[in-house]
Amino acid sequence: MPALPLDEAGKYVAGAYLVFLALVLVYVAIMAAKLQRIDRELRSLVALAEERRTGGETERELR
Amino acid sequence: MYPRALLTLSLATVAAIVAGFALVFFYAPLDADQGFIQKIFYLHVPLGIVSLVGFVVAGLHAIRHLRSGDPIHDARSYVSIHISVIFGLAVLATGSIWARASWGKWWVWDEPTLVSFLIVFLLYATYYPLRYAVEDRDRQARYASVFAIMAGAFVPLNFIAVRLAETLLHPRVFATAEGGMPGSMWLTFAISLLGIALLWLTLVRFELAAKSASAQLSRLRRALEGSPRAAPAGAESRSSAAIGAR
Repeated sequence: MPALPLDEAGKYVAGAYLVFLALVLVYVAIMAAKLQRIDRELRSLVALAEERRTGGETERELR
Repeated sequence: MYPRALLTLSLATVAAIVAGFALVFFYAPLDADQGFIQKIFYLHVPLGIVSLVGFVVAGLHAIRHLRSGDPIHDARSYVSIHISVIFGLAVLATGSIWARASWGKWWVWDEPTLVSFLIVFLLYATYYPLRYAVEDRDRQARYASVFAIMAGAFVPLNFIAVRLAETLLHPRVFATAEGGMPGSMWLTFAISLLGIALLWLTLVRFELAAKSASAQLSRLRRALEGSPRAAPAGAESRSSAAIGAR
């Protein structure tokens, strides 16, 4: 099969490289979502730890 | 592996990929036979090589897991397969685009190189249902390791079988009697391969870091809530529980 002219071949080459870029971007988006979930979890744990600490201090004051 | 090393690795990956793609479009000569469409080669082939090597690496981690029982090797094996499957998807997509441009068809079923890669890809696609079909975490890790070793051994055998097979359409570029590629193409290919290999390594490291953070958070939550299931100290980053829980 003879080589495709540049304007036609360019579409396929761009398509292949864009597919690769899209896959990497989707992966980065998934990683960002995971990071957000970890951040949320960490915030809730910090809140829980502070609640525990203030609860403990109140208990000691009452004694 | 945390912030500084991961940052250095990420920057090296970006530099290698940018350099590789710059060489592809501004340095490498046009192929005499295929013309501009051959530029896909510098993406498609490195992705294929890195994907297959990643499957073998997963098998080696699985061997270490079965020998030592250390869950960190199971985690590495799992993540290696995970990233290699994503790369495998990119190989199939870019290969199909190249096939459409070169042969006029998106897929050719009687071509050993294409079909064998699809078989390997589908084989590894079954890793996930197999893994998550097992409830018990230790058994899950052991079965997954056995799978990774068996499938990892299949990859080079499959590669050799394809090299020995008579090809119909898919070209043989390396180690051919005709002498293969000129030096400028080799250099471009080598830098592209380096960039894709570094990308694989970077993504593996990011995924492992995310899994380790999730596992540590789970431990922290159990400890704070006073659950009797809290894991012993020091096991956080080595826990395969993060994989089991996803």
